[in-house]
Amino acid sequence: MTDGAKSWALHLGLIVALFAAQFFLPQYHATNLARIMVLAVFAMGYNIAFGYTGLLSLGHALFFAAGMYGMGLPIWQLEWPALPALIMGLVAGGGVAAAVGVLALRTTGVSFMIVTLMFAQAGYLTILYFNTYSGGDEGFVVDRAGRMIGGMDLAADTPRYLAALGLFAVAMLGCLVLVRSPFGRVMVAMRENEERSRMLGYNPFAVKLTALVVSGIYAGAAGAAYGLLFGYVGASFAQIQYSILPLLYVLLGGAGTVIGPFLGAAAMFYLIDIASSYTSAYFFVVGAALVALVVFAPKGMLGTLRDRGLKWLP
Amino acid sequence: MAALIEASGLTRHFGGVRAVENVDFRLEHGEIHALIGPNGAGKTTFVSLLSGRIPVQSGRILLAGDDITALSAHARVRKGIAYTFQITSIYPRLSVFDNVALAAQSRGAPDLKDQVAAALGRVGLKDHAAQTAGTLSYGHQRLLELAMGLALRPRVLILDEPTQGLAAGEIEGFKSLVASLVPDTTVLLIEHNMDVVMDLATRITVLNFGQVLATGTPEEIRQNSHVQAAYLGGGDAEG
Repeated sequence: MTDGAKSWALHLGLIVALFAAQFFLPQYHATNLARIMVLAVFAMGYNIAFGYTGLLSLGHALFFAAGMYGMGLPIWQLEWPALPALIMGLVAGGGVAAAVGVLALRTTGVSFMIVTLMFAQAGYLTILYFNTYSGGDEGFVVDRAGRMIGGMDLAADTPRYLAALGLFAVAMLGCLVLVRSPFGRVMVAMRENEERSRMLGYNPFAVKLTALVVSGIYAGAAGAAYGLLFGYVGASFAQIQYSILPLLYVLLGGAGTVIGPFLGAAAMFYLIDIASSYTSAYFFVVGAALVALVVFAPKGMLGTLRDRGLKWLP
Repeated sequence: MAALIEASGLTRHFGGVRAVENVDFRLEHGEIHALIGPNGAGKTTFVSLLSGRIPVQSGRILLAGDDITALSAHARVRKGIAYTFQITSIYPRLSVFDNVALAAQSRGAPDLKDQVAAALGRVGLKDHAAQTAGTLSYGHQRLLELAMGLALRPRVLILDEPTQGLAAGEIEGFKSLVASLVPDTTVLLIEHNMDVVMDLATRITVLNFGQVLATGTPEEIRQNSHVQAAYLGGGDAEG
């Protein structure tokens, strides 16, 4: 089997396995998995910017929230149907990423982290400031009537799981195609050696902005889907922890791998879930796990596997 | 016919240092033009101005008659000015194939695999395509850098001290490789190894303290008393 065939088999296999999982898993875990799949889309988007292009952003909560409010506000205020609202969420995520990118990409490294962090904080405060329109820190519930797509009630368990899986599958295969494409190679080139890439004729700003916009569309899609599937839109999703979480998912699963963000999201989700049933200091467990990760597998789960022989992993 | 590159009045100072001062320069189609001069003469700064890595302070650069002074470095690469780095600059964690593919796809090569194979074949690295570039020997990394330059199919290939650190046998191979590039590709060569310069160059420009000291054929440069004084160390060094 060629490397390409192996990687397609692996990724399609994961989608089939996730489809089958809903018939075996207890409802509690199926709902968790739906949540994980949506968060994994967020993390995959983060990975496109960070893992592949080398853009360490601390502002992705802004893009996630842009997608969530871009979807939620039209439903709440304008009574839009779910599908156009969802698309509006994607557009909002990508548009906000473009606007932030145009300014933030004038900086690199630590400055880029700080500038993106500041933009995200400004976005969070903006949501609070316009509480008449945004619901402020209380947020708002997305009506069941607003959560219907093509006769599917996304508030019900099975359609919700299938919708999450559908989004996840499209996002993952899209990511796979992207990173195996010539442009994917250029993204990695930008991460590895920007000056050399410039002297091969690539415009670093244009490449990084494109990657950031794609990343923002992923984050926006995830934010919109999260609000739609779980029925709540709130300012807490614009807080700094939603910028840190995708970074942790990606580091845990393996930066610059297609499935890594999913594995990282699942591992982190259950780590918190299990730890919090024993102790209220569950962040201590998370911290210990991250220290162990940095010490023993700095490239994350899949990054380590790739170094240990699975070189074909995309 | 206009020269392939024509620079006039190029100037670049760094603080009080006049790295490049009012340099006029012509690169003719199909020549191998060597740029020599003592350390700190401004050779790398000068080619950085040509390639756009450093913006010019004043002066004008024409590529085949078109003014490219205001173009960014990456736009100049697209127009056919390729630069290979003095200090090897490859993607050490990517495969040799990917390194060259990045160059080939930059100009939109449709048959990427063939183009990469051709460029690697030309420098003798065909068997190393799947290897991680960082694990190549130093000499092979220099050749990979050259293959990336070739895969760009440039009109002008600027080589910044390409033989630095190469073994004697590798230098011979390199010389015949560069000689085979002209006249399709015009070569601008910064080089300290005088044997390489005298064997390869059709013309030589000597820079000293950021200014052009002399331009001419290797024979003319050899005879030039100013050059001997400034660069070869004067008559005393002859022996």
